[in-house]
Amino acid sequence: MDFDLMFSSLPKLLGASVVTLKLLSVSLFFGLIVGFLFAILRINKNIFINKFAYGYSYLFRGTPLLVQIFIIYFGLGQIEYLRSTFLWVILKEPYWCAIIAFTLNTGAYTSEILRSAFQTIKPGMIEAGKSLGIPNKIIFYKIQIPIAIRQSLPAYGNEIILMMKGTSLASTVTLMDLTGVAKYIISTTFKPIEVFIVAGGIYLFMTFIIYNVIKFLEKKYSFNT
Amino acid sequence: MELLVFGKTGWGDELFYATLMTIAVSVTAMLIGFFFALIFTPLKLSKYKLFNLIGNFYTTVIRGVPELLVIYLFFFGGSGAIMYVASIFGYYEYIEINAFITGSIAIGIISGAYSTEVFRGAIQSIDKGQFEAAKVLGINKFTQFYKIILPQMLRMAIPNLSNVWQITLKDTSLISVTGLVEIMRQSYIAAGSTRDPLLFYSFAAVLYLMLTYLSMKIINRLETKYSRGY
Repeated sequence: MDFDLMFSSLPKLLGASVVTLKLLSVSLFFGLIVGFLFAILRINKNIFINKFAYGYSYLFRGTPLLVQIFIIYFGLGQIEYLRSTFLWVILKEPYWCAIIAFTLNTGAYTSEILRSAFQTIKPGMIEAGKSLGIPNKIIFYKIQIPIAIRQSLPAYGNEIILMMKGTSLASTVTLMDLTGVAKYIISTTFKPIEVFIVAGGIYLFMTFIIYNVIKFLEKKYSFNT
Repeated sequence: MELLVFGKTGWGDELFYATLMTIAVSVTAMLIGFFFALIFTPLKLSKYKLFNLIGNFYTTVIRGVPELLVIYLFFFGGSGAIMYVASIFGYYEYIEINAFITGSIAIGIISGAYSTEVFRGAIQSIDKGQFEAAKVLGINKFTQFYKIILPQMLRMAIPNLSNVWQITLKDTSLISVTGLVEIMRQSYIAAGSTRDPLLFYSFAAVLYLMLTYLSMKIINRLETKYSRGY
């Protein structure tokens, strides 16, 4: 066990975990918006809109995240037309390509989580709102959304942790996130176990924090308080 | 499109074999995962605190650390560990382990952590009375597990195991970093030599979609089989 290496690599890995956290928070933010939009499309009664949203989530949940990143990073650059538009400014940066892939991926999972949350709301609650003469819009904002958020918290917490692990794939498109730096140190020192313990420890610490924040929120927003 | 035909001019046959490789790795990893689940589920359900701790350590660490990091650990550390063991027995030559074996074990350990959780949940969901009734009837432990607990457990576990299978199948794409020629690696090679990444990665996505779709169909059938009588 090389403790010196563990100590000397800790600051480098901690610095890299900032990149990981940045990737995670940005893609979760956009992913939540995308997921919310598609969840609303999923509960729409129009069959085409419905099928479109289902197709999106099926496509992104049925393929590995690595394929999605590679299509966006290596694939889209191949289209001549895209190179001439302003989109190219974004698509030539591995950072934004990773963000786009993560956003679309987590958006697909989030839309499923929110959809099932909307669907588990008892019709009685909406009917009660209606019979009290509350407008549909307010029923949606003040009754359906808060309940859906509460319902989806545990599943969304899992999704955050899965996404945090997913950000490690950014290292495949040359980004130096926690896993990328860990791999670099491993391949230069050939001490995989030491680096794994430090990098894995940082990941576990982040998982632990996310887990407890979600647990706290669950308690705060639980029905029976 | 002519890039995807079978034979010397296209990449069709290469991609076909790569798909078979993906299936082979996934199945091997899933079986290795079951093996780990078989060890760690009893530990997690044990009465002894120490066993619980070991079981929880395994599932928490593996489910909290990125798959890619675990794969790097095995890829870079695997042959080192084996050479260390071999050096104890007096063998000092360089040993290189096959990428298939390293990859399957790495993915298997990840898949095992998820399977362990599924089995634990399934066993815990079985009514206590079932265990007690079996005991009262004097059925021995083995028959009790095999004929009473397992069939009920499988009914509970199959939907969740199907999720584990999907995760495992998608995780195999990460083994491509170790150089094992499965769908992702083959697409990478093809994309590199034809300069047509869009086509090949999209095709890889289609292949994965086909695999997940087909496995869903098969698993649905199993589900109906094991939920007979409910």
